[in-house]
Amino acid sequence: MVQANPGTEKVALWRDERFWKIIFQIVVVGILLTIVAIAINNMNVNLARQGRQFEFKFLIDRAGFNIGETVLPYKVDDPYYWGLIVGLANTLRLCLVSVVLATIFGVVAGIASFSSNWLLRKLSLVYVEVLRNTPPLLQFFFWYVVVFFGLSSKGQVTRLTDFLLISKKGIWIPWPAGNIITALSLGLLLAGAIAAIVLWRSRLKRMEEEGASGRPQRNALVVIGVICLGLFVFGLQWVFPKPVGGGNDVVGGLRMSLEYGAMMMGLSAYIGAFIAEIVRAGIQATPTGQWEAGRALGLPDGHLMRLVVLPQALRIIIPSLNSQYATLIKNSSLSLAIGYPDIFSTAQTTLNQTGRAVEVVLLMILTYLTLNVIVSFFMNVLNQAVQFQER
Amino acid sequence: MDLHTLMLKTWSWRFLTALMLATTVAACESAPSNPTATAGGDSAVASASRLDTIKSRGKLICGVEGTIPGFSFVDSSGKYSGLDVDTCRAVAAAIFDTADDIDSKIEFRNLDSTTRFPALQNGEVDMLARNTTWTLSRDAAGGNGLEFGPTTFFDGQGVMVTKASGITSFKDLGGKAVCVETGTTTELNLASRAKQAGITVSEVKFQDSNATFAAYQEGRCEAITSDRSQLAAKRTSLPTPDDHVLLEDVLSKEPLGPVTINNDSRLFDVVRWVTYGLFQAEEFGITQADVESKLQDPNPDVQNFLGTTGSLGEQLGLSKDFMVKVVKATGNYGEIYDRNIGEKLKIDRGQNKLWTDGGLMYSPAFR
Repeated sequence: MVQANPGTEKVALWRDERFWKIIFQIVVVGILLTIVAIAINNMNVNLARQGRQFEFKFLIDRAGFNIGETVLPYKVDDPYYWGLIVGLANTLRLCLVSVVLATIFGVVAGIASFSSNWLLRKLSLVYVEVLRNTPPLLQFFFWYVVVFFGLSSKGQVTRLTDFLLISKKGIWIPWPAGNIITALSLGLLLAGAIAAIVLWRSRLKRMEEEGASGRPQRNALVVIGVICLGLFVFGLQWVFPKPVGGGNDVVGGLRMSLEYGAMMMGLSAYIGAFIAEIVRAGIQATPTGQWEAGRALGLPDGHLMRLVVLPQALRIIIPSLNSQYATLIKNSSLSLAIGYPDIFSTAQTTLNQTGRAVEVVLLMILTYLTLNVIVSFFMNVLNQAVQFQER
Repeated sequence: MDLHTLMLKTWSWRFLTALMLATTVAACESAPSNPTATAGGDSAVASASRLDTIKSRGKLICGVEGTIPGFSFVDSSGKYSGLDVDTCRAVAAAIFDTADDIDSKIEFRNLDSTTRFPALQNGEVDMLARNTTWTLSRDAAGGNGLEFGPTTFFDGQGVMVTKASGITSFKDLGGKAVCVETGTTTELNLASRAKQAGITVSEVKFQDSNATFAAYQEGRCEAITSDRSQLAAKRTSLPTPDDHVLLEDVLSKEPLGPVTINNDSRLFDVVRWVTYGLFQAEEFGITQADVESKLQDPNPDVQNFLGTTGSLGEQLGLSKDFMVKVVKATGNYGEIYDRNIGEKLKIDRGQNKLWTDGGLMYSPAFR
C-alpha cells in the first residue's frame, strides 16, 4: 500500500545523503574526543607514575620568592596564587598604558603619512618600516640597554628636564600629590568634561534643527576649557621629582623602573607601527568619491577628515585594531627577558619551584585567553557603534 | 630570540619529559635496576672490579665538563687543566704508579649534565670529576646509584658586588637592587636568606644569565647572585675585574667532588683515599717540589703516608708509595687549588681551606 504512492515513498536510510553527512560529523567529533581523552588519560597515568596528580592545591602553598616591583602589596610568605595575581596586576599596568600609547603613536603616524609636509611623511614611513620589520625582543633590549641604560649614569640622577629624571633605579615623572585638593579637582575636571560633552551635543542639535549660529555655546565651551586647564595645571597639586642626598635616590613624583619603562615604550612603539599602517589603510580605503564630495561641499581639510573620512575609516580600522591589541597583550610576556615581573615571569618561577608544568601552563593559557576575550568584547561593542546605522 | 624560543628553553623540556615517559615506559622501569644488577655481579667476585679493567686497559677514562675555566677546561692545543682534571690525574698516578707523562694514561671525555650519569652507569667512563653536586638522590641506590668521593670544592650560591658600592656583607644588601636569574633555586635561596637576615632586597630577575650579567655590568643592580664559581669565572671576563668582589657569605650548599659507580668498593676506595691524600699532603706540608726530601721525614705519620713504612697502599691494591706519585703528578690540594681556582678565578679559599685553618677540608687518618 505504501509503495503504491510514489510521493511518500521512503528512501532507504543508507542511500540518504543527509544521513551520511551527519554520521561523518559524528565520527569526526568522536575521533577528536577520543584523542583528547587518550591525551588526558596519558597525562594522568604519567603524573601518577611520578606520584602526583592533576590538581591546583599547590596554589595555596607559600611562594617563597620575591617580586621586584608590585602594584599590589606582596611579601615572600604570600601564597603562589597571590604571587600570580600580583604578576597579573603588573601585566595589566603595563598593557593598559601601552594600549593607549600605542594607539596615540599609531594614529599620529598614520595620519602623518597623508601629510602634505614631506619630512613628516618620510618620518612616518621610516618609523613604520623600521619598527615593523625588526623583532620585538630586539626592540625591547634596545629600549632597555641602549636607551635607558644609556641615558642614566651610575650612582647619580640625570635631569633630562624638570619633568623627567632618570637614574639606574628608575624614571621619575611629576604626579598629583593625591591629597584632598587633588581629589576635588579630579571631580571638577570630570564634571567639566561631562558638561562640555552635553553642551557640544546641544550645540550641534541647535545648529542642525534651528540653523542657530552656535556661538554662545561655543563661548561657554571655551570658558569651560580654560577652567579645566587651570584645574589640571594648578588644582591637581603636581609634585615634581627631586634628587636627594647626591646618590641615585629621588623623592616625589611617580617612579617607574627602567624595566617597566623599556617594556612600555617598546610595546607602544612596536604595536604603534602596525596601528599606523592600519590607520593608513583605513583612510586610503575610504572611496575617493567621499573626499571629492566633501571638497565639493566646501569642507575644510580638518572637517573633511573628521566628519567624512574618519567615521568611514573607523569601520575598517577597528576589527584590525582588535588583533593588534591582542598582539600587544601577548607580547607583554616578553617582559621576562628584560626583568619586568609580569604574570609570565611569576608563573615561570612558580613552575620551576613546584614542578607543576601542566597546571601552570594551563593557567597561563587561560589568563591570556581571558584578557584577549575581554578586549575583543569591548572592541566588538565599539565596532557595532561605528557600523552603518540602517534607517 | 622570540617568545617561542624563550618558552622552548624552559617549558618544552617538561613536556618532552612527559612525552618520553609515555613512550619509554619499559626503559624507565628498567633503568634504575640496571646499575645495581651489573654492579651486584661485580661485587660478588671481589677481583672483578673496574680497577682491574682500568689497569689492564692502561688508561683511566675520566668524565669531565671541559668548558668551565678553573674546573675543567680544554685549551686550543687540546690540553686539559683545572681542579677536576687534576683530580683525575691524581687517581691515574695512583693506579698506574707513575708521575711521568700522566696525561698519556688518561682519556678525558667531555660530558654534559644530562649524559654524565648514564655514561658512568654504562661504563663509558670509569669516574666523573665534573662539577657534580653531592645530593642524597644521586647517591642513593634507589636514585642514581652513585658513590660520591670527598668534596674537592665547596661551592655555593654567592653574591658579587662592586667595590664602589661599599657593601661588605649580605646584611648590607638591605634596600639594594640584586640581579638574579629566574627559574633557578638561586632566586628562592636569595629570598629566604634575605628573610632570615631581616632585610628586603629589590630583585631584578632575568630569564637568561647573559642578560643578568649585562644588567649588573650596566649598574642596574648593586649586586648579582649566582654560584660562586660561576660569578668568579664571569668576573674574569668583566672589563675591570678588580672593581668587583665576591662576598664571604654563602647562601646554599653545593659540594662538588669525584663520582664512581655504586657497589664497586675497590675503585671507590682508591678514588676516595687518593683525594683524601691530597688534603693530607697539604696538611703535612708535602709539596710537588719537596716530596722526595720528605721521604726522609722523621715523623712516623709522614713515613706511613708516603709508604716509607707500612703497607697502606697495598691494602688499597696500589703500590706502597702511591701518594709520592700522586703528589709528584699534581701537587697537594692547596697547590691544585691555587694553580686552578686561586690564580685563574681569584676565589678565596674560604670553606675550602684545611680544617686546621678553619676550613672544611679534612682527611681521615692514614694509618
